[in-house]
Amino acid sequence: MINKLKKFIFNNSVTFVFLVLCILGIILSGQSANFILGELVTRISRNLFLVLALIIPVLAGMGLNFGIVIGAMAGQIGIIAVVNWGIGGLKGLIIAVLLSTPLSLIFGYLTGKLLNKTKGQEMISSMILGFFANGLYQLLFLFLAGTLIPIKNKTILLSSGVGIKNTIDLNGVIKYSLDNIVKIPLLYFITFILALVFLYTAIKFISSKKTNKSQTHIIISVLSIVGIIIIFVIPSLNDLLVSIYIPIVTFILIGLVCVFNTFLFKTKLGQDLRAIGQDLKVSNASGINVNKTRIIAIIISTILAGWGQIFFLQNIGTLNTCGSHEQVGMFAIAALLIGGASVSKATNGQAILGVILFHILFIVSPMAGKNLFNNPQIGEYFRVFVAYGVIGLSLGLHAWKKFASSKKAIK
Amino acid sequence: MKAKLKPLINSMGVPRLIILSFFLVLCVSAIILGLPIDMLISDTLVRFGMNGILVIAMVPAILCGIGLNFGLPLGILCGIVGGLISIELNLTGFTAFLVSIIIAIPLSLIVGYLFGLLLNKVKGSEMMVSTYVGFSAVSLMCIGWLLLPFNSAELKWPIGTGLRTTISLTNRYDKILDSFLSFKVLGVTIPTGLILMFLLCALIMFLILRTKSGIMMKTAGSNPRFAKANGINIDKYRIIGTVLSTAFGAIGIIVYSQSYGFYQLYQAPMMMGFAAVAAILIGGASTNNAKISHVLIGTFLFQGLLTIGLPVANKIVVEGNLSEVIRIIISNGIILYALTKVGSDDK
Repeated sequence: MINKLKKFIFNNSVTFVFLVLCILGIILSGQSANFILGELVTRISRNLFLVLALIIPVLAGMGLNFGIVIGAMAGQIGIIAVVNWGIGGLKGLIIAVLLSTPLSLIFGYLTGKLLNKTKGQEMISSMILGFFANGLYQLLFLFLAGTLIPIKNKTILLSSGVGIKNTIDLNGVIKYSLDNIVKIPLLYFITFILALVFLYTAIKFISSKKTNKSQTHIIISVLSIVGIIIIFVIPSLNDLLVSIYIPIVTFILIGLVCVFNTFLFKTKLGQDLRAIGQDLKVSNASGINVNKTRIIAIIISTILAGWGQIFFLQNIGTLNTCGSHEQVGMFAIAALLIGGASVSKATNGQAILGVILFHILFIVSPMAGKNLFNNPQIGEYFRVFVAYGVIGLSLGLHAWKKFASSKKAIK
Repeated sequence: MKAKLKPLINSMGVPRLIILSFFLVLCVSAIILGLPIDMLISDTLVRFGMNGILVIAMVPAILCGIGLNFGLPLGILCGIVGGLISIELNLTGFTAFLVSIIIAIPLSLIVGYLFGLLLNKVKGSEMMVSTYVGFSAVSLMCIGWLLLPFNSAELKWPIGTGLRTTISLTNRYDKILDSFLSFKVLGVTIPTGLILMFLLCALIMFLILRTKSGIMMKTAGSNPRFAKANGINIDKYRIIGTVLSTAFGAIGIIVYSQSYGFYQLYQAPMMMGFAAVAAILIGGASTNNAKISHVLIGTFLFQGLLTIGLPVANKIVVEGNLSEVIRIIISNGIILYALTKVGSDDK
């Protein structure tokens, strides 16, 4: 039993280190549960979609898709177009989404073609491609906008008439257009989730054969009922959860992506993706069109990233023309890795866990840094260091395991 | 005629031809637009010398088999620490410059050794891991710059804690190599000291590669199985290559900073690896083969492109920063091209 536990902790060492850091950070920062939880809910609703977009390329054996930056750029082009035409609200959001999709498709196709030429080095290639595309994107919006491309809405242009402004305020355009559709208190949302868990595990338990009764199912269903009772009965918890509101439509969309990610792998395409993820040569030998399948994986990822970036921006409310998309890849990937994913395996649950942990650390670092070192700047640098360090550590561990196992295989 | 031309084009590679022709177009445009040619040439020479040693640092890394050393920031950080210590000791002139190098080298040897050990454990993914090790190290040192116990008033912010973001070298060794034995010819100022330092380092690297260790390193990098069969300890030579790369990176940033006039701390070193990688790739190197000639050609083309490109671009398009955008496109484009070549080698 102890051995199993030790192995479990070692395999998920990154996640555990992060868990410890988060707990320390929460304690050191001294911030209220209300604040942290509220911020966390907002950040999850904002970022989770983008992280979920990374899963399919990982399972297709293409590593971490740093090219979601390109999808993000497609989404931003959609938003700038909507701002230019002065279409606001939910209608503007939908048009932005519709506009970004074909763009993401084309970009994803080109990215996929490039990655097919760099098999084995997909991650660094997608990273550099992201930088390259960033250059092209800046060329488009700093020099061609206003000159070769006519811009109707002059308020978004720089004073000289050429080039889009550095920051575009989305207030009154599409800000919160998705979030504000329906908002319900966190209390009811958690109750709903726990009720679903209870129903699922209870039904599984009852319908399974008498000799096959799974212990975990009954434990989980009991715990979920207990959970519901707790959050209703304890007044401080009750007050806390009632005061925080969740944007339901956003979460429904996130739920749909999770379902899509799971459901895709039951289709033939999904099986092909899994196959090429496990062994490229064998899949090729069995007749799967490896190159085409890889391109499809990247296209799906890019389209989801485009939508995810639009959802992200409608919450933040400000479009930073030059910078909004740059950190997207880095932080989404760090979050996924923290959740326990690796270069070759990722699940929805890992994405959710990773986003929660990553963003808790983000929320508490500045105050924790201030309380520990009297310098909030340290907290901010620390969280950037952690993001890079986690990716480096994760890549290193994965490469080490792969290298060690290939040496063993030769022996 | 065409039959003769094709092999030449193939050996040079299409992107390199594109960049070379782009560079020639820029030069011609500069003359046509009436820009001060003598100043442009002087600036190009200065930038050539400034960046050259950082590009030399790429050669041992490529040759020993760890691919493009995106982890160059590690060496750069060692160099910066050396420079900061020499300022802390309140040295000036050539003494300060030499002391910076003397302190930075042992530091970079240790860091390079540890980095080499890490890279030996991640064979196959060196480029990705070195990128993130570089980023993490720069971020960690951001915290370090805030906490390290330096006392010099020049280094620290007057109010608050931590070191300044840029630390000026005026009155110490600002442009000390540039102006050493410099002379003017036809209105062009030649930064003799700087060019001599660059050529000296290039010569040192050239000689190192010709020693027995150098040749064994090249063998280990280009054909690991053959090397192993001959009893060469591949891991040892990969570490030697990494150590050399890190050390030259440290020297490189000191030379760069004395020419630039500032030490840049915090986020600045993060992207410097990419510029050096792009330069050597433009010069004709690939991910497993590099020569000193690639360094010289590549640095000259890359820096020339930037130096001449900016004024030309400013004359044509009044909006600033077009040159920066073009730089991003070109440097990343060439790295992408080199990466596609890695794939085709496997087949």
